[in-house]
Amino acid sequence: MLGRLLFNKLLHDDKGGDRMLTVLLAVMVLVPVLNLLVPESSVFHLSTYTVTLLGKYLTFALLAIALDLVWGYCGILSLGHGAFFALGGYAMGMYLMRQIGDRGVYGNAELPDFMVFLNWSELPWYWSGFDMFWFAMAMVVIVPGLLAYVFGWLAFRSRVTGVYLSIITQALTYALMLAFFRNEMGFGGNNGLTDFKDILGFDLQSDVTRIVLFTVSGLALLGAYLLSRYIVNSKFGRVVVAIRDAEDRTRFIGYNVEQYKLWIFVLSAVLAGIAGALYVPQVGIINPGEFSPLNSIELAIWVAIGGRGTLYGAVIGAILVNYAKTYFTGALPEVWLFALGGLFVVVTLFLPRGLVGLFDKRRKRSAEVQT
Amino acid sequence: MPIQILYLLLASLLPMQLPAESEVIGFEALVNQLHVNSYKEKEAIIKQIATLKDSRKVTILQTMQDGDLYYRQSDKKIVYRKKTGDQYRITDVLSKQDLGLVDSGTIKKIKVNNKLRRILRSVVARLSLEDDDVDVRLTAVNNIVKNINDSGAELLRESMPAEQDEDVRAAMKTGIALMDVLSDEPSVRHEAVDVLAQSVYPAAKSRLEDILEKDEAGNYIETDVQLLKKARSGIENIDSKLEVYSFLETAFFGLSLGSVLLLIAVGLAITFGVMGVINMAHGELMMIGAYTTYVVQLMMPNHIDYSLFVAIPLAFVVAGLFGVAIERSVIRFLYGRPLETLLATFGISLILQQMVRSIFSPLNRSVATPEWMSGSFEVNAALSLTYNRFYVIIFSLLVFFFLLALLKKTSLGLQVRAVSQNRPMAKAMGVRSEWVDALTFGLGSGIAGVAGVALSQLTNVGPNLGQTYIIDSFMVVVFGGVGNLWGTFVSAMSLGVFNKFLEPSTGAVLAKILVLVLIILFIQKRPRGMFPQKGRAVEN
Repeated sequence: MLGRLLFNKLLHDDKGGDRMLTVLLAVMVLVPVLNLLVPESSVFHLSTYTVTLLGKYLTFALLAIALDLVWGYCGILSLGHGAFFALGGYAMGMYLMRQIGDRGVYGNAELPDFMVFLNWSELPWYWSGFDMFWFAMAMVVIVPGLLAYVFGWLAFRSRVTGVYLSIITQALTYALMLAFFRNEMGFGGNNGLTDFKDILGFDLQSDVTRIVLFTVSGLALLGAYLLSRYIVNSKFGRVVVAIRDAEDRTRFIGYNVEQYKLWIFVLSAVLAGIAGALYVPQVGIINPGEFSPLNSIELAIWVAIGGRGTLYGAVIGAILVNYAKTYFTGALPEVWLFALGGLFVVVTLFLPRGLVGLFDKRRKRSAEVQT
Repeated sequence: MPIQILYLLLASLLPMQLPAESEVIGFEALVNQLHVNSYKEKEAIIKQIATLKDSRKVTILQTMQDGDLYYRQSDKKIVYRKKTGDQYRITDVLSKQDLGLVDSGTIKKIKVNNKLRRILRSVVARLSLEDDDVDVRLTAVNNIVKNINDSGAELLRESMPAEQDEDVRAAMKTGIALMDVLSDEPSVRHEAVDVLAQSVYPAAKSRLEDILEKDEAGNYIETDVQLLKKARSGIENIDSKLEVYSFLETAFFGLSLGSVLLLIAVGLAITFGVMGVINMAHGELMMIGAYTTYVVQLMMPNHIDYSLFVAIPLAFVVAGLFGVAIERSVIRFLYGRPLETLLATFGISLILQQMVRSIFSPLNRSVATPEWMSGSFEVNAALSLTYNRFYVIIFSLLVFFFLLALLKKTSLGLQVRAVSQNRPMAKAMGVRSEWVDALTFGLGSGIAGVAGVALSQLTNVGPNLGQTYIIDSFMVVVFGGVGNLWGTFVSAMSLGVFNKFLEPSTGAVLAKILVLVLIILFIQKRPRGMFPQKGRAVEN
């Protein structure tokens, strides 16, 4: 009852979000039913592969919301959000790595396989604590958040804005990628972390665990959406939008612009980190490729295609583009980059408000006709 | 060994003769007999050839020593061969006449056994030491010094009195000293140590270190205290010299990396710096330049040496046309919306990458290096500078000053600067701003293409070539200060040198990471780079 009230209040002026969340909830109910209860012989049965794929899309959608929060509402185009996502992923990956225990190829209870392979004798200090789930989960939030805080504090204080900020965020993720590629860093180098066995004692390969991970991803997306909606509707959110539209004026009115930017940036990084942490157990691997600047730029296009500054647009964009990617890379691999590249161009040229803007326009027009 | 020494003695006893008509004929006849099967006969022929005066003999004997001398089976003509595709191009060793392309079956190798190879080595070494060209003599001496032995030292001792060139003499002295140190005569050893202390040959230092060797009880094996002292100070002297040379070498590497950075960034300095367009496809325009080089070389496989001179203007035109097309079709709709430009040009970069993948395959293509670019300039034994790095430095400077002159001295440059500073005012003065935009963007893209030609000589040419460099090029421009070509220059050079000086202590990857972090921190301090544009026009 209270929940319903909260929903209504938050989504009062957000028809798109309302619809999107309704679909999301329906999917979250339907998918477990179709996967677990419908027999495999039936046409309606949903394979576990598809469930995992959908779960992956949901984490991407969460990542897209994170970017939309800073880009769509605060005008900060971060081209390094993949870094926060990957850091969250690595934190989760380290926990999963420690869960393997002595079931690795070398059977070492203490050290992950790649460390044995590199002749390391003990676990580096920064790996300690990751055998505890709560600690790893805390790191999922703290590491990206802290990086965003330090980076943002430096950047916003010295008023690095616009394109410059985009370029240095890109440099940030690029530097991290190079760093994680090094074996000496102790994060598995080129191969990253993989061969996970179980999470909290549950087998990662089992159907039920997959469904649970899917559901948790859905809930995380739901929660992140409502939280983000709450924030952008709040006074804090209004100031953030004001900063996007006229930073100097907002500053002259007396708001501490840097603080607002910093906190929205940190929040966004934390959401991205959570998305990464949910992504890793589902795909079963995290490697330095996740840091590549290409990923972060692709993320920007999900949001742009969906329509930025709407939150639900980001979700739609992330899911659509990734569905297209899955389809094309399977069916017509040569066409995928042409299609993606073309999308970038077409969307920026003709759809400044994204797909969502297209529908909005039509709705407005029909509303105009009626009056 | 005895045969070799005997032969050496024999050869040195023979008087030098001026070549006569009959001798030329004799030489050619001798060379043409090299295809005989018997090693004994070959040996005799070689010895005879060595005594004759003919400028062609060194190359022929050298090639024979390397096992690269062949003869045509049909007429037993002695030939050089060069692999061209699946076939071989053969040349007459005497007339240097091109005998066309043949299959590997039609020519046969002139076999050399170990004994023959040894003889050839000493004959070639001796002949090279008598060569008229200083460089040839120096290389010959260096080769002897590298594998110094008694006979080598003997050879050097014989040739030294006739040698006029200081460098060659110094190298010879080192070689002789390397053997003298091992002698029993104390005065000879002292003198040799003095010579070695002045030398930067790696062998010299290790010889001196040998003198300082200790036995298991920790006492010096060498009993001559004076000599030990000399050897120790000699090593110190060498080390301080080597330090200077390694500093010079690092500085040179740094400058050459800086030149590469300058090349890849200077085009961007035009499109990003002057026009304010974030061109994420810049890397792919370089890739197009590199592929143009590849295509040019495909079309003129027999003239690789000249291919770059064709490729440079062609790459400029091709990449420039791509640039103009991009500007006219996409970017002109996005002026004043830099973030959107960034995304759109990124899309273009993906399309160009996939285009190259579809046309040329996703694999790396090999681009040949012209002969005049390979090799290195040896300052001394401790310092050698490769020619390709030299040319990159020169080339990037040429490109840079060409651009600078274009922007500062031509009317197009004037218009470009006018439009970038105040578009409406420039328009009011009659500047066709759209035309200028297209040309400027084309210019920046063309320069990227030219940079691609240079990159094709330095790295792999593949679809990912652009992505590898795009972040670096943005860093250089941002670090230097947008809209300032000199800023880009200083920034590229300092980043290159800084990177190379970091590398020895941190390793290449970590050095790169540190440079990136440094730039990120620097931008916090100076958000507009080292040399920001001043004035109100810069704000927003």
